[in-house]
Amino acid sequence: MQRLRTTMMFLPGMNPAMLRDAGIYGADALMFDLEDAVSPAQKDAARFLVHEALRTLDYGSAETVVRINELETHGRQDIFAMVDAGAQVIRLPKTETPQDIIDVAQVISTAETRLGKPAGSTKMMAAIESAEGVLNAREIAKASDRLVGIALGAEDYVTNLQTKRYPDGQELAFGRAMILHAARAAGIDAIDTVYSDVENEAGFRAEVALIKELGFNGKSVINPRQIPIVKEIFAPTQVEIYQASRVIKGLEEAKAKGSGVISVDGKMVDKPIVERAQRVMQLAAASGLVKQGGNN
Amino acid sequence: MRLQHQAIAGTTESSDIQIMIEPNVENEIAINLDSSVQFQFGKQIKQVIQDTLTKLGVTSANIKAIDRGALDCTVKARTLTAIYRAADVTDEIDWQVID
Repeated sequence: MQRLRTTMMFLPGMNPAMLRDAGIYGADALMFDLEDAVSPAQKDAARFLVHEALRTLDYGSAETVVRINELETHGRQDIFAMVDAGAQVIRLPKTETPQDIIDVAQVISTAETRLGKPAGSTKMMAAIESAEGVLNAREIAKASDRLVGIALGAEDYVTNLQTKRYPDGQELAFGRAMILHAARAAGIDAIDTVYSDVENEAGFRAEVALIKELGFNGKSVINPRQIPIVKEIFAPTQVEIYQASRVIKGLEEAKAKGSGVISVDGKMVDKPIVERAQRVMQLAAASGLVKQGGNN
Repeated sequence: MRLQHQAIAGTTESSDIQIMIEPNVENEIAINLDSSVQFQFGKQIKQVIQDTLTKLGVTSANIKAIDRGALDCTVKARTLTAIYRAADVTDEIDWQVID
């Protein structure tokens, strides 16, 4: 089953207390930041700290993602360290072209070979943070089999557009639509940008509701307090869970009969409905509304 | 690994440890630890520092460590950072040796 990425929590790579506690908040993915959250003089220290944290601490079922620096700066060293530490996903910042992805994927391949890791075991994500990147989103999303998702990085993006972030998010409409369509065309996840005003819960709720409606898989969060809000908004309703569970039951009955035709209440159910039902049940389980793998 | 000069890594914030390392003219390892949990974990913290020095082949160093409740992985990370900085090694790190 596809991994959920409803919440991806950003963690500054230089903060031992946050790295220690990161696993307890229930985020689907933890994104250890070696890039913007770390000053140039502390890049080495953050790299060692995240390396040791990943090798030692138990982050449970959370996916471990590391945002590396650009290849031209510290990115190559970051990749070798994080592949060695067993990071599940390498996230490239400021992706502008498919070649950026190909270059990083190549370094990851070299690192996997040299460090004795299974080829292809390290996945990738790309953050798109400029007009050039948004316009190339489709090619970027298809640039490597390692890619599991693309994400919008809004702060750099709006600066590049010569605007700023507004409460209604209109300035991000085109970028969000491009990233979402590029992700879907490539069969990978689309993750929305952070909401920096932690104190503005109403604004955060409105933005999460919007990106859920658009079809994003999840939201980047910068504070643990934002996690339950995202989970609550992404959680399916009781009616949705009931309907989805009936579709899943129909699927199981069809499998038991060796039949390829799934029916619920005598009506045939096709593949997109089954996929949606599976996602509803996955979200319901992640929100604690049903037991893992069970019905409601 | 040979230390070239003094170097420092880490902070004195909660859950962190600050490691100051320098070459030792006595040709030995000397670890001076100031920890908020000295009584309970002082021996363990020194052992992690010593093990990290051994892994990198450092046989001579003066170390002053100010601990604020760091986990072992933080102690090791800060010690590694200080050693590499003191040895002027900035790239081509052998991660498998560190493991």
